[in-house]
Order: sequence, then structure tokens, then C-alpha cells
Amino acid sequence: MTLDTVTNAEKTPEADQPWAELGLKPDEYARIREILGRRPTGAELAMYSVMWSEHCSYKSSKVHLKQFGEKAPENDAMLVGIGENAGVVDVGQGYAVTFKVESHNHPSYIEPHQGAATGIGGIVRDILAMGARPVAVMDPLRFGAADHPDTKRVLPGVVSGIGSYGNCLGLPNIGGEVVFDACYQGNPLVNALCVGVMKHEDIHLAKASGAGNKVILYGARTGGDGIGGVSVLASETFDDAKPSKRPAVQVGDPFQEKLLIECTLEIFKADLVDGIQDLGGAGLSCATSELASAGSGGMRVELDTVHLRDSSLSPEEILMSESQERMCAIVEPGKVARFLEICEKWDVIATVIGEVTDGERLEIFWHGEQIVDVPPRTVAHEGPVYDRPYARPSWQDALQADDANKLARPAGGDELRRQVLALVSSPNQASKSWITDQYDRFVQGNTVLSHPEDSGMVRIDEDTNLGVAIATDGNGRFTKLDPYTGAQLALAEAYRNVAATGAKPLAISDCLNFGSPEDPDVMWQFAEATRGLADGCLILGTPVTGGNVSLYNQTGDVAIHPTPVVAVLGVIDDVNRRTPMAFAEEGQLLYLLGDTKEELGGSAWSEVVHSHLGGLPPAVDLERERLLGEILIAGSRDGMIDAAHDLSDGGLIQAVTESCLRGGKGARIVVPDDLDPFVFLFSESAGRAVVAVPRSEELRFNDMCGARGLPAARIGVVDGETIEIQDQFTIPLSELKQAHEATIPALLA
Amino acid sequence: MTARVGVVTFPGTLDDRDTQRAIRVAGAEPVPLWHRDKDLHQVDAVVLPGGFSYGDYLRAGAISRFSPVMESVIAGARDGLPVLGICNGFQVLTESHLLPGAMLRNNHLHFICRDQKLRVENADTAWTADYSAGQEISIPLKNIDGRYVADERTLDELEAEGRVVFRYLDVNPNGSLRDIAGISNAAGNVVGLMPHPEHAVEPLIGTGRTDGLGFFTSILKKLVTA
Repeated sequence: MTLDTVTNAEKTPEADQPWAELGLKPDEYARIREILGRRPTGAELAMYSVMWSEHCSYKSSKVHLKQFGEKAPENDAMLVGIGENAGVVDVGQGYAVTFKVESHNHPSYIEPHQGAATGIGGIVRDILAMGARPVAVMDPLRFGAADHPDTKRVLPGVVSGIGSYGNCLGLPNIGGEVVFDACYQGNPLVNALCVGVMKHEDIHLAKASGAGNKVILYGARTGGDGIGGVSVLASETFDDAKPSKRPAVQVGDPFQEKLLIECTLEIFKADLVDGIQDLGGAGLSCATSELASAGSGGMRVELDTVHLRDSSLSPEEILMSESQERMCAIVEPGKVARFLEICEKWDVIATVIGEVTDGERLEIFWHGEQIVDVPPRTVAHEGPVYDRPYARPSWQDALQADDANKLARPAGGDELRRQVLALVSSPNQASKSWITDQYDRFVQGNTVLSHPEDSGMVRIDEDTNLGVAIATDGNGRFTKLDPYTGAQLALAEAYRNVAATGAKPLAISDCLNFGSPEDPDVMWQFAEATRGLADGCLILGTPVTGGNVSLYNQTGDVAIHPTPVVAVLGVIDDVNRRTPMAFAEEGQLLYLLGDTKEELGGSAWSEVVHSHLGGLPPAVDLERERLLGEILIAGSRDGMIDAAHDLSDGGLIQAVTESCLRGGKGARIVVPDDLDPFVFLFSESAGRAVVAVPRSEELRFNDMCGARGLPAARIGVVDGETIEIQDQFTIPLSELKQAHEATIPALLA
Repeated sequence: MTARVGVVTFPGTLDDRDTQRAIRVAGAEPVPLWHRDKDLHQVDAVVLPGGFSYGDYLRAGAISRFSPVMESVIAGARDGLPVLGICNGFQVLTESHLLPGAMLRNNHLHFICRDQKLRVENADTAWTADYSAGQEISIPLKNIDGRYVADERTLDELEAEGRVVFRYLDVNPNGSLRDIAGISNAAGNVVGLMPHPEHAVEPLIGTGRTDGLGFFTSILKKLVTA
């Protein structure tokens, strides 16, 4: 095969090119020709095809995502916003925190272990590239039906991938979610979050500036894995008729990544880096074009200097390879020697592959011959943008009319009791410790709270006890019923979870998992969900710092439930004040905060008892969420509450069960006069939490809630070894424990 | 004066900073040691912390045992230098033949992270003097290659000489023979165990207990009064 140089491309304008196989549309190919004034070379075509893929360019989602900027609330805490590798938030005392949640859905279905492992690897490098030491990870996961045979293939692989990669990096896994639903059967959602900490002055950005500065590629050698991962895997619908896509999944080496982390942190400390970018989706194509596009001037790269795992790789393959554990840094010439020395110390391969030029082009050479000559912005930042058609689905009204509040309800205490046991033992409500016990939650020695607590919390300063808390939430069932409200419910739940542990919510990151944008139904769901999220963030004062969009999550014509996953970051001045979820002190009083209404649409009860999805999701009142958050934070700070648990999936009875089992103590509960026992136990009204108040604090706590106008009802007391709902039923803790903990191991172990 | 306790960092070591903190919390001075550096910098004791040194390639601990720093650690240990190997550090000690036996993959084949109850069987070693024999403690356990095995004769010998230092209680989390969680050499200066005392030294962090602090106060007392 002859090398397709720029000169060759000029001479052979009519040469046949595989643009369609690379995922480009006819008009996109035409536009590339127009930009270049000639046909692209093979290498240029490779770069444009991966960078203009849905995954990298956000071409279908951009027009909706811009609301996150337009409606962003005033917030002094934002140091770096959307567009960089990850957003950065000021948490006080000179510290900055960066966090992001991202998807690795498609690779994880094809090759669960490696797909999930490299998902962790990618998000960790994003955080590292901002200048931060990664301090924790979390994984919101969604699988097909718990008892489906393929779930037994996918789930254990995903969990072992997350475990083996994250555990080997020395990052505590402090939270996340595991949800089962048949809609994810052919499209599991494997989202990964990483959070990192640095001082304000350590923030680094992805830009290449200063003519003469060197471009250094360091980390693992480049191999043939992951070629076309973003364009072939993440930007298309799965189809049985096409050949296996396994080679498009990258293979990870956590040991190499651990060295890369320590090496990079030492390089930052020595102040050797001008700009830096990790290599993830679209590999070198992405890193070189984004660095050059964001900086001043151009860039010249000698591609044949790249260290290869396989010497037979073509230049196009090298540009598209998604080999893991690689970073690209811009370094002043005088600092290169020291840079290479630190890499040598950590046994990390580093190569100067090019330099920043004073031109305006990204130029790439292969053994002296030019194979790429492009304006970098056209590759990285000025890709196609589509305002795709969308319309409210024809079935939406019928779905909402199928009211869950009208489903048959339990008659009497015995049936209530049976349904409670069915609920807490159902796969979605059952304990997930069989999964989370495969992750290291202790490493780094700063973990204050981890799963199953409402949020994960880590200490970031040993002297002042400053800490951060993060919770991730999403509810595809609610979002299917009403995407606008569903997205806000995800935001509200994550916000509430952070506040429940005593931390003040500051900012969010989101991972938007949807079906094909070419389907107007799906595009409507996406438009509604982003609008809901942007409006919600404005009310709660929590800006979106960044995140990720994953589209084409569908098999054939059937899309997953629209599933926006929201991660909320909060700060707590003193982690000693954190509020755990366990009811551990006998005699403490249980208060239900917020209003309980008859809201069963999309509820866990409707799923477990009736296999039903219909009606409207619970209503959202974000002003109320904010008030509830303020009460939970003040209660924690002033020592008025000893335990708190948010109410969400499964309602009050699920929350009380979890808190009792966590603390090893029972509870005696009285149904408030104005509520039906069934609604009291199973409704999923938003804006609620249950708290344990020491008797000595009851008056003060009641006064605070009264003065602030938050409904607070005393519903019982921590006591004994049973959960007793007065006049209804009693269940021994031992029976609840067995029901809650046996399900997942029985299905998967 | 206080004791200087070295903490070795191999490529892939994870719990080095945690171990340094635990040493500090106990009141001693942590001294970072680098795998390529033979010099132990006059430390009074050495901890080999947990992690996946050299990516656990070949076998956990198999490559680390040949690193320059281990030459000095092995020589020092034979001369009575107190050495504690935690998790991957325990694996390095068995690979170095400072302790007998080996660690295999857990019998359930999964990584397991849990709060593990142990019984201190021997409170006379350099690292357990602050405990009492028979004392029950809970500290985190987290590994995938944690199943301790040795031949019957070695096991009998360990039992007879009181060199089984820790035993798993309630649950044997990985299929270790005779519920063995940690052992010592004949002189008692070298101790290895799979669970992680360095993750249980502060009341708020991790399991919320400080049952692991005794390892580090034990060595401090021994060194300062010696």
C-alpha cells in the first residue's frame, strides 16, 4: 500500500475513499473536501471521521447542551467550566475539586470486563489532565433484567473490570448505583465518575501554545486496539447482522495507569507542563487537534516517532488507535530533559513527537512526507452541528394516562407486610454489597462514607478535615413517563443525597444516556431532559461543570428508557459533622421531613407488585428540595440529627429498612393520622427524608423546621429488633436482613 | 527521639501514603523508601505496604522481591530489623523466603473488601506487643490473592512455635488454611498479614475503628525503649 500524502491527494482528486465505512455521511465528506479544497488524505479522513463522530463532536446534542451555559446560575465556585477535560470547582481553603461522569456503555456490552475497566481508566486520565490527584471513583450501572441469562455474562464482567482496574489504581470506590431493567438488556449503561483534588494554582488546561514548545507523548505504547471505538462503537446502533466489534474495544493495563498517575503528578509538581491532554476516545487525532485548536499557533508532528506495540500499524491506524494509558504534554524546550528524567524514574516511555509552530495548521509527517495538513479547529471544535427533528411521541399520552395510582392496593396489614418483603428483596431494592464488596473503598485512608450511604464522602485535608461528598442518581422509569420531570428528579435526588450526609451541594456533572438521535421520539426525550436539567440547576444554584452524552443506546428500533444520570458534588467544612444513614441509637426519634402525597407512577412498588410503568412521576418542587437541604445541613452542623436517609425508590419503608439494617436497630413507626398506611409506606413523593433526632434536640429541631416552614412529622422511635408499623404489621430485622441481602448473591454468585 | 520507620514504594504500590500516615498517627516518623534505592537511610524498621507491585505480573510479589531495596530489607531482616508486610507486602515476604508459605487466589475467585474480625494469637512479636494474646480486633481486608497455603509440616511448625500471629474469626474470607491471616518468622521481627491495619487508625475514617493502630504503637514502643 502506498502512502497517501497531501501531494498525492491533490493529484488524485477522484480516488475512492472509505468515508461511509468510517461513519461519515455524504454531506460531511463533502464538507471536509470543501474545508481542505481537495480530497482528504487517508490520515486526514481518519482524523475527521473519529473527531466528527457523535461521541466526540456532540453534533446532535450540542444545540440542547448549550442551555447548560446559557441558564447557568451565578456561582463563584466555578473555576473551569464546560469544554475542558473536566470542570473545576472551588471548595475553599485554596482547594479545587474536579469531577466528571462519563459513559462506557457500548464497549461494556461487547466486552464487559475490558469495557468497564477502560471506562475507569479514561475518566481517571481526564481528572489527572486537569492537574488533580484522583481521590475516588463511583459507578452508576444499569443492566438488563436481573434474572436474564445475559445479565450473568455482562454484570460480573463489568464488576470485575471496575474492580480490577480501580483497585489496582488505588482509588477508593465510594458509591454509584446498580439498576436492573429489561430496557437495558442489549444496552447496559456503564457510567464512571472520578473526582480529583488540587490546589487552585495547580489547574492545567488542554492547550498548545508557544512556538518551539515540544509535544511529548508518554505512557503506554500505541497498539492496534480500540481503532474506531468512538465512531464505530459509540455512535451507532447495535445490529446483529454486522461483524463482531470486539477489536474496537480497548484493552487496559491498570499498572501502567498507576505509573502514569504518579509520574504525571511529579511532573506537575516540578512545573514542567504548559498544556496537557489525555488520550482517550479518538486517541492521537483528538489530543493533537484539540491541543492545537485550543492554543495559539499550529503544531507539527512526526508520527513515525510514536512508540508502537505493533510495528505494522499504518499512520491512519496510529492516529485512530485508542490504546489506553497515554498522555500528551506541551513542554518548553528547556524543561524536556527533566520531563524525560521523571518519566524514566517511573518506567514510563516518553517521546518528543513534535512541536508547536507559529503557523495555523496541524501538520503531520510520516518518515518526512506530509500526510496531514488541516486547520485544527475544523477537526476538533467546528465539526457538524445538527438540529435534529423531535416531537412528543404518539404513545406518551397513553403512557401517562395509565395511572399507577389506580393499581390494586394491598388489603390490610398481612398483605402490606408481604409486599414490603417483596419490595426490599426485589433486585433493584436489594442490598448490592455482593457487588460493592468487590471494590476497595478504604485505600488512600480518607474515606468517610461509602456505599450504601446516601453519598460517598472523602476527607481532602487531614488538618482542617475539609471534605467533599458526591452522589449519583438517575431514574429511567420516571424519565420515560416525563423526561422534563424525570431529569429534575434525578437532580433532586442526588442533591438531597449530598445534603443528607451534611454536605452543601455546589455543582453537578451529568451523563446523558439515550437512544438514537435519529429517532424524533428519542430526540424529544433528550430535548425535554436537558431543558429540565438546565432549569433545575438554575433553581438549585448548581451549575453543570461538564459531563458526557451517550446516544444510540438502542437495539434495533427499541431505545432504552431515557436515562440522565446526575452527579452532585458537595463540600463539608468538617467531616466529623457528617451524617450517616444508620439508626444506631435506641430511643432516638424518627422524623419524616417533607410532604407525602399519593404518588406511585414509576414507583418501585408499581414495578415489583404489578410490573407496571405508567402515569406521571412524582412532582418536583426544587425550592422545597433546597429548603430540605438547608435543614439537613444545619441539622448536621448543629448536632441536631444523628442519622438521615433520603426517601426515593421504594419510599419510606425502603429507607427505614436500610437505615435499621445499617445500624442493627429496629424501629416502632406510627402512621400519621392524615395518611393511608399504604401511601405512607410506598409513595415516592420527592423532597423527603427521614432523620433520627436525639431526644435532647427534639425541641430545637422542631423549632428550626417550624420557623423555616418545612413539614416535619414525628413518626416513631428507634427501638428493638423489629420494624413495627403500628396496627399494621411487624417484621423481625433478621427476616428483613435475609430478604434484603440474599437476592443478589442468589442471582449472580 | 522517635523511631524512624521506612515505607517502601514499589511501582504499583498503593497503600504507601496511608501507611506513612498510620506511622505518623502513632507518633513515629515515616521515611519513604524507593524500590531502586538500596539505601535504607538508617531506618529502625520497615513496612512493605499493600498494592499491586509490578502489576502483580508473574505472581503477586514475585518481581518486587528482586528489587534493589529488597536486598537490603532481606539482609536487615536476617539481622533482626523489624519488618511488617501488609497484603502485597506479605506476598513479597513469602516470595523473599523471609516467611514460609504462599498466597493463592481467593477460593471464591473474587476481590473482596470487608471489615474483617481477627484474633491476635501472638502478642509477643515486634508488631503486636501492644495487643494481648486472644484479643479480637476488626480491620479492613481487601485482596484477590489472599488464600494462605503451606504444606502440613510447615503449618504444624508455625502452630507449634506460636508463629500464627493472626487468625480469621467468624468468616474465613478466602479459604486460607487453618484460618491463618498472618504469621511471623521464628525470631518474631518479621510479620506478614493480609488485612490492613493502616486503614484502621483514625476513628472517623474507613471502618470507624482504630484497631489497627496497635501495630504501629507496638513498634514505636519497642524501638524507643530498646
